[in-house]
Amino acid sequence: MGREIFYFLIFPGILFSGIIGGLLSWFDRKITARIQFRQGPPLLQPFYDFFKLLIKETIVPSKGSRFTFLVAPILALFGAATAAVLILLPALGINSGFNGDIIVIIYILNIPSITYIIGALASGNPLAAVGASREMKLILSYEVPFLLVLTSIVIKSGMSISVSDIISVQIQDGAFLGSISGIIGFIVSILCIQAKLGLIPFDIAEAEGEICDGVVIEYSGTPLALIKLTKYIMLLAVPSFVLTLFWKGLALQGINILWAVLKILFVVLLLTLIRNTNPRVKINQAMKFFWVWMNLFAIITVVLSILGL
Amino acid sequence: MSLKEKIFKKSLWLFHLSAGSCNNCDIEILDCLTPRFDVERFGMKLVGSPRHADVILVTGIVTKKTKPRVLEVYNQAAKPVVVVAVGACPCTGGIFAEGYNFAGPLDKVIPVDVYIPGCPPKPEAILAGIVKFLNKK
Repeated sequence: MGREIFYFLIFPGILFSGIIGGLLSWFDRKITARIQFRQGPPLLQPFYDFFKLLIKETIVPSKGSRFTFLVAPILALFGAATAAVLILLPALGINSGFNGDIIVIIYILNIPSITYIIGALASGNPLAAVGASREMKLILSYEVPFLLVLTSIVIKSGMSISVSDIISVQIQDGAFLGSISGIIGFIVSILCIQAKLGLIPFDIAEAEGEICDGVVIEYSGTPLALIKLTKYIMLLAVPSFVLTLFWKGLALQGINILWAVLKILFVVLLLTLIRNTNPRVKINQAMKFFWVWMNLFAIITVVLSILGL
Repeated sequence: MSLKEKIFKKSLWLFHLSAGSCNNCDIEILDCLTPRFDVERFGMKLVGSPRHADVILVTGIVTKKTKPRVLEVYNQAAKPVVVVAVGACPCTGGIFAEGYNFAGPLDKVIPVDVYIPGCPPKPEAILAGIVKFLNKK
């Protein structure tokens, strides 16, 4: 019991992934600034943001549902932390002895998005309701291709649904990224996690200039700080999940630490470059993009992996 | 300076409120976000909702029509919040001080922390005002 609580709160859980995710978020902002020939924020900026939000006043909208509004960010944080633990334990080479965790991870990775929807609808703000409906449609769009890509991974790893087995198959036979179906699947899953993390071009649910931060419009103070922390944790957890599926995970022994850091920075760099070179799409365009094109590529991935390519 | 105040000043999120301006000061505020001036190096960024705001940048004279709106935005913002009057109009009324729809300078409506005069203030002047505020106390 004590070990599980340690896992959840300290090592791969809230504290560790919050700090690393905050640094990744700084990396994202700094690269964005350098692309635009700006200087960018200082290294500790994500943590200043987080602690500043903790000392601010918390306002609860009078027309909303107080309990649901305040509980939603806590559930989001717990969901993200659980996902981080389940992803990072096998990725870092610690065997959790849990078979079939890939299915649990798929479910738990959706909890933050769903709690954003619940919190937004509980706030009683019309713009938040618009954001919530967009977030809902976005989940429906990106989940199908992501699940198809996961199916191809399961087929390639010999019908194994445990993350540690998938990693050990890759260590024996080489990373899945080395095959044709692996490359197509990697591209599809990068675009899916772009939508999952709510980054431009798929930040439709939080469009700043359009619906004023959408789902988080009514949050202030501590609940907003928890949502920020959730976003930092997701920025570490989701890219590590993709790395686990396609690129042998993040082993932390000796020189491998350097490789692990470089791999995760590479994926975040890809996300940042996509985010800085594309305008925001409309929700119907996003749904068409995922349902037609990404599904097509994901089905090709599945077929290729059945053929063994 | 206490730790709380230090953290607060390291991460100021700006909300931009136009209370009936001629759009000149608004453009100069947007200039501050461009690569040449880049306020993000101080940790500042524009936010869309007054709930997230730490700083409310008010431009333009407060007219009789916008006075209740300014008050409402100020009441919606999570405290502590800093109010900055950008330009001559919210500071004193400027050339519109004699106008029939003028509802008093901004500090008659809500408490103001920083005054940045000018018509419009240059981005350098806005940055100088921000730096003076950050170094206060």
